[in-house]
Amino acid sequence: MKRGLLFLVSVFLAAALLAWASADGAWLARVPAKDHEKPNPFQGRMEAASAGRNVFIEHCAKCHGENAEGTKKRPTLRSERVQQQATAGDLHWLLVNGNMKKGMPSWAKLPDPQIWQLVSYLKSMHE
Amino acid sequence: MKHIILFLLVLCFLAAVLHAQERPYFVTYSHEMEEPGNLEIEMFNVMGNPPGGNAFLGSNVEFEYGVKAWWTSEFYLDGQSTQNDSTIFTGFRWENRVRPLMGEHWINPVVYAEFEDTSADKALREVVGHDGLPDLLESNAVAHLDKEREIELKLILGSNYQGWNISENIISEKDLSNDPWEFGYAWAVSRPLRLAASVHQCTFCAERFQAGVEMYGGLGDRYSFGLHQTSHYIGPTMNWTAPSGLTLSFSPQFGLNDYSVPRLYRFGISYEIEQFLSYFHRGGDR
Repeated sequence: MKRGLLFLVSVFLAAALLAWASADGAWLARVPAKDHEKPNPFQGRMEAASAGRNVFIEHCAKCHGENAEGTKKRPTLRSERVQQQATAGDLHWLLVNGNMKKGMPSWAKLPDPQIWQLVSYLKSMHE
Repeated sequence: MKHIILFLLVLCFLAAVLHAQERPYFVTYSHEMEEPGNLEIEMFNVMGNPPGGNAFLGSNVEFEYGVKAWWTSEFYLDGQSTQNDSTIFTGFRWENRVRPLMGEHWINPVVYAEFEDTSADKALREVVGHDGLPDLLESNAVAHLDKEREIELKLILGSNYQGWNISENIISEKDLSNDPWEFGYAWAVSRPLRLAASVHQCTFCAERFQAGVEMYGGLGDRYSFGLHQTSHYIGPTMNWTAPSGLTLSFSPQFGLNDYSVPRLYRFGISYEIEQFLSYFHRGGDR
């Protein structure tokens, strides 16, 4: 009886740990190498970040905050993970594919140049 | 009249806070889901003048809610008005769309299931079986007697490639009475007029317009499958999204055989309320 209870508790703890780990940027590990290394075609172009800001305000600000600071339910995009750990290619991959189980939709409906402009804007916060 | 003015005032209020990014399709579904927590309110209309019958206006009001990033639920209210006849409420529909694959692929499937309870419907949101001109010639009083309680299943396939969206729908529908399964199809392709966003906020810049082509029609039923004795339509389609988020869509569509209405004019208006439920939370973001 005790052994069964111990097993159940272990399973529960493992599941909780897995859920915590996947909520904490596990998507980064899923980005294929070729996407990880994709360069931003707008790299270094300030006007791309300005255009990306418009896209952000229109589609992202309601969930992630007007200045990407995050809201009650959605994460900040000013975090170290987004600003430093993730490459431009990683962010592009996340926007195209989403993280649907965690509530992040796919933004593949936006044309690719707009997604890269959005990435330019997100990365410009750090620069 | 008062109700219409009130409705328009509400829409004007909402237009200040709403955003939409819609494909310019009237019949075809793309694989793109409603963002979770967003509520989109849409009104789609179709005008036609069938030879030997009376001109009509069919309308849907739709409430589309993003339950999850991979699951969208939508409720429709349908009505129609026929010249020299009457204006009637024709029923409701409830549909759910589920995206089984969590990432973006070359071809993205979505499974669609709908229940509808309608009669004398002229919204023409799909063509299945042997739908066509004869259905549109009956008076509302006669057509209203024929209650259609149906389930509809669709396989939606969608792809995005270099700014183009290509969507195909395979439709099957079953009346819950003893009628056979009926089939239909729809496909559409569209693209924004410009892919990159402008540096400055603009109202009529090219990326706010999308244009494309849409085609749909029936495929008969289980016993008489095929393209004959059913209607088919094709037409250019376009939309424009204002900075406030209001989207206007328009499509003239042309019947491809004698079983079709020669011309249909479709127009729509849609609004998206982002994070709809937050408006009801204490201290919610307005």
